[in-house]
Amino acid sequence: MSMIQVKNLKKSFGDLEVIKDISTAVEPSEVVCVIGPSGSGKSTFLRCLNRLEDISGGHVYIDGADITNPKNNINEIRQKVGMVFQHFNLFPHMTVLENLTLAPVKLGKLKPDAAEKKALGLLDKVGLGAKAKAYPGELSGGQKQRVAIARSLAMDPKVMLFDEPTSALDPEMVGDVLGVMKDLAKEGMTMIVVTHEMGFAAEVADRVLFIDGGYIVEENVPNELFGNPQHERTKAFLSKVL
Amino acid sequence: METIIESLPMLWEGLKMTLYIFAIAIVLGFLIGLVMALLRLAPFKILNWIAKIFIDAIRGTPFIVQLFFIYFGLNSFSWVSLDNVWAGIVTVAINAGAYFAEIIRAGIQSIDKGQTEAARSLGLNQSQNMRYIILPQAFRRMLPTITNQAIISLKDTSLLSIIGVADLTQRGRVIVSATFEPFTIYLALGVMYFVIIYLLSLLSSYLERRFVLR
Ligand SMILES: Nc1ncnc2c1ncn2[C@@H]1O[C@H](COP(=O)(O)OP(=O)(O)OP(=O)(O)O)[C@@H](O)[C@H]1O
Ligand SMILES: [Mg+2]
Repeated sequence: MSMIQVKNLKKSFGDLEVIKDISTAVEPSEVVCVIGPSGSGKSTFLRCLNRLEDISGGHVYIDGADITNPKNNINEIRQKVGMVFQHFNLFPHMTVLENLTLAPVKLGKLKPDAAEKKALGLLDKVGLGAKAKAYPGELSGGQKQRVAIARSLAMDPKVMLFDEPTSALDPEMVGDVLGVMKDLAKEGMTMIVVTHEMGFAAEVADRVLFIDGGYIVEENVPNELFGNPQHERTKAFLSKVL
Repeated sequence: METIIESLPMLWEGLKMTLYIFAIAIVLGFLIGLVMALLRLAPFKILNWIAKIFIDAIRGTPFIVQLFFIYFGLNSFSWVSLDNVWAGIVTVAINAGAYFAEIIRAGIQSIDKGQTEAARSLGLNQSQNMRYIILPQAFRRMLPTITNQAIISLKDTSLLSIIGVADLTQRGRVIVSATFEPFTIYLALGVMYFVIIYLLSLLSSYLERRFVLR
């Protein structure tokens, strides 16, 4: 069974049809990168996958459960879907450690001790074991983003969604964050990554989706999509960014 | 000077009454404000309207009229019996509640929506998001305006002397009518109010420093 299945997804904001008809499936452990021009609906697509945006039409199945079905508890489904944002969105009134333990403890997944232990392990993994007691405001952008990744991982998600996780970072911070993401991919995490980092997509993705005009215009393994694009719009886009 | 020393026990009683009324009314008022702010932001039009009507009605009418309405107006029904102290507490609470509602609403709305998105995407529901993420941040931000409203409400309690509540102001009036020393007594009252309000603002800046957003 696919980890994520998207069937004829549509999303409009009022009269503006952003996602017109998108269908795709993401298999367990697959890493999918999403590329496309600014304003083409990449973020909107990603945000429909955990229903941060209300879906206008079609279906999204996460691990078999249809998130558009009101009978399914969206809060439970979201626990399986980690999300990492361009601007980190760490909780500034809590320490790094508290950022990581809040959801597992309050949602009854782990006891406080166990959550803390796990959080410290995750912080070590992203190279920030020493920052557990720091507040987000005391961290650099790259450190914040690694904490945000660890915060999502603290819920043991089955899927991780990333929306341009490095585009708000100073160039010298990008490598650390991409490094953490590469490790995750190697460990078999299912990932969907909206990115402008073509190098990362080429190296890590199993498949790249090019979105434009509300549709997936083209999807392929990175070598093919970057090396031998089939559609004019893909070629035009790649000629600008590569 | 002698007059003041002789009146101190009376003024002390009055001060206790003022603080008693203020303490209850400000807590009630805060709860009313919190509920009204949440109704105002709830995803249901009717609830928004209920809160909006309440807030506008209170903010658009004088405190004294509200006090008379509650003490004389409501008490004219046989099933209501509010003594003047409780009528005063209720009036101050409702009045402060309407202003708190607007302060809290603005505070909640000032928090970046990315916070809610992060919380919800972790699986927290909307009330957990409010409780753990939004309100703690909003309150820190609102602390100066909340203090400001608390100070206004404390001063409003002195109007309760009109319906005979034996608060600090009322005790002062009684002492003046017995001693004919309005200058000293009202000066003493002013100093006492000033000191309480000064302590309130010290408490507020202490809390602000303690909970500063890092
Ligand atoms: N909440 C919203 N209300 C109205 N319009 C929106 C909303 N969110 C996004 N849009 C519009 O939807 C379109 C797609 O936006 P989206 O953010 O998904 O693009 P994107 O591909 O992620 O772009 P970028 O690369 O700049 O991040 C844009 O035209 C945007 O203005
Ligand atoms: Mg975007």
